[in-house]
Amino acid sequence: MKLKTTLGAALLASTGLVGMAHAQTELTMWYHGGGNEVESNILNTIIEDFNAAQSDWSVVVESFPQESYNDSVVASALAGNLPCILDVDGPVMPNWAWAGYMQPLPISEAALAGHLDSTIGRWDGQVYAVGLWEAAVALYSRQSTLDALGLRTPTLEDPWTGDEFMAALDAAKASGDFDYPLDLGMAWTGEWYPYAFSPFLQSFGGDIVDRSTYQSAEGVLNGDAALAFGEWWQSLFADGYAPGTSQDPADRDTGFIDGKYAFAWNGNWAGVATLDGGVDDVVFLPAPDFGNGSVIGAGSWQFGASGTCANPEGVAAFVEHALQDKYLAAFSDGIGLIPSTPEAAAMTKNYNRGGALEVFFGLSEGQALVRPVTPGYVVAAKVFEKALADIANGADVADTLDAAVDEIEADIEANSGYGH
Amino acid sequence: MASKLTTSNRAGWLFALPGFGLITMFIVVPFFFAFWLSLTNQRLISPNPTEFVGLKNYEQLLSIGILELEPERDDSGAVIRDAEGNPQYPRVRSITRKNPDYPQYDGMREWFRWQSGDTAKVVVATDIVFWKSLRNTILFVLVVAPVQGGLALCLALLINQRLRGINVYRAIYFMPVVVSIVVVSLLWRFIYDGNDGLLNNILGALSFGMFQGRDWLGNADTALGSIMAMSIWQAVGFHMVIWLSGLQTISPTLYEAAAIEGASKWQTFRFVTWPGLRNTAILVLIVITMQAFALFAQIDVMTNGGPLDSTTTLVFQAVERGYGKQDISGGSTISVVLFLIVLTISLTQRYLTREK
Repeated sequence: MKLKTTLGAALLASTGLVGMAHAQTELTMWYHGGGNEVESNILNTIIEDFNAAQSDWSVVVESFPQESYNDSVVASALAGNLPCILDVDGPVMPNWAWAGYMQPLPISEAALAGHLDSTIGRWDGQVYAVGLWEAAVALYSRQSTLDALGLRTPTLEDPWTGDEFMAALDAAKASGDFDYPLDLGMAWTGEWYPYAFSPFLQSFGGDIVDRSTYQSAEGVLNGDAALAFGEWWQSLFADGYAPGTSQDPADRDTGFIDGKYAFAWNGNWAGVATLDGGVDDVVFLPAPDFGNGSVIGAGSWQFGASGTCANPEGVAAFVEHALQDKYLAAFSDGIGLIPSTPEAAAMTKNYNRGGALEVFFGLSEGQALVRPVTPGYVVAAKVFEKALADIANGADVADTLDAAVDEIEADIEANSGYGH
Repeated sequence: MASKLTTSNRAGWLFALPGFGLITMFIVVPFFFAFWLSLTNQRLISPNPTEFVGLKNYEQLLSIGILELEPERDDSGAVIRDAEGNPQYPRVRSITRKNPDYPQYDGMREWFRWQSGDTAKVVVATDIVFWKSLRNTILFVLVVAPVQGGLALCLALLINQRLRGINVYRAIYFMPVVVSIVVVSLLWRFIYDGNDGLLNNILGALSFGMFQGRDWLGNADTALGSIMAMSIWQAVGFHMVIWLSGLQTISPTLYEAAAIEGASKWQTFRFVTWPGLRNTAILVLIVITMQAFALFAQIDVMTNGGPLDSTTTLVFQAVERGYGKQDISGGSTISVVLFLIVLTISLTQRYLTREK
């Protein structure tokens, strides 16, 4: 008799459990920040809050290391095994959307009001992904260096011209105080090259592809402006202004802090480490203007719905929940990223008025240009990276850029125009 | 032989099944896949349907030609020369890029050139990166196979002695083999570092500061050599062990007989040891050749194929194209070409070392 009641109770309890689980539809999610405890904790807080706040959806997250994240997604997409909520790097999004790995996100425009435009991933006129933060690049230097070299401090409104920039490098070189005047971060292979260096090309007046049609790169990546950019780029290495492709990664991380370089071209994510490293008078200067404005790259990691997800409205509900200013601020405080709204920026340690990194919010707002919004970007970025590495190592500028144009155009043709 | 395999040998086949099954699934089937994909325009990710394109990928990969460049002449027909007296040539790109007069060279790029009189002979290819990879890979095999095999034999002869503590040496020589190649490559990147790497410091100290530090991996002239040296060091222990096992199968009575006959050390090696190592030598040679053709991890970690394609290899290009540039058909084409090359070399090696 006793056994029967126990069994009955157990049965009741188990059906109760099943019933509760049924009430919430499970949404699986993949995230690129595996291995970063602070980042995981913030994300888990958001997910717990979301799961507790409503009864329709239950999000379950799985994290991957960033280096292998894209490969994992492509592999599981080929195997038909994608999660529902997909974390995607901004410039890669059109490629996945075009391939059908992602579907439009049914999110209300109201939820996106006031967000930095570059954090909203649009492709083909529809929103596919939304980011909680932005990243920006600036020219790191020390106020004491600028004073010692007698240089004017450039501002957003009045950045250095190309000539002023080269004069600054010359002055730093002549002072003999540094191993190299400029650290470009050549040790960071991969996406850093197109993200950090294509804005220089754009400031010269060129681009990676022709953004009016996205069908060609002729005249854009190998026109007069691009040739001028290429000659300038080569001179940075040939004339000893910057360490080349074989730069020691450790020097990239700490060289500026150790005083080996007068200037460093680096992202906002390194700002906190630089301040912690004892560079109290660090200044974050806007990119030099080579004739077509001062430009930096834009577009960071974003959330969207995978192509096979049956519940895109659940994904939209989660993203809307995650877009609250308090979470944007938490991510910013935790890992130093730029929050995507001014309200959230005001809540953070570093990006509020007078905060140490406030200037980056202005850079993102004022100069950011997203990388070419096309499925072909993934391949074009690889070609661009190799062209820049080759030119830095002394390859003929015109030949290298021509070859890059040919390769990008062959790829566009092989993909039937990438659906533009 | 056939009857032995087929009659009442169910247990035998059953034992072989896991091995055969895995080999079929992961080696044989993927190879036929690669061969098929190389005849299509398959992309890694694409909503477009895959199309059969015949041999287009091979044509793209293998097209190569020689372009004869006439020097530029002034109005009187005299060759224009620069200050050092070298004739001036038109740029190759003016001929190979969208020039309707030379359709056969369209889209080709210069690989290298040489002078013949005042004419420059330029080797142009559609895919010079492939040709450079092929050259680098073959160079790597030609250097690594004999040097690594020979060095491993020397080490094996040295440690094939009954001395106290000889096992410590065996362990030390074998250690790099056990460490992951990725870790080894990362460490050697620090050793080769151009600023204050270990190698530059040691050479500087040994030469009392005479030696000027150089950027081993950042210089197109030294990068491939540096990777060869590191690769030889890394895997030499493995082949040493194989040589050692071969040495220990040689009967001691043969050495005794040689000693009684009054053979010198060299004669003992030449007429006793070396013939006894015949099969081991074939194995070591084939294994090193295969491994050298598959060179990838060191390149991926240390140089990414640079500087200026001086260290790019066939396998690195296959992966780079297939996954990096999402061009599975292009990557497969390189794999098939590599397979044919390795097959030819293995068959040749087998023919040359056959039992006469």
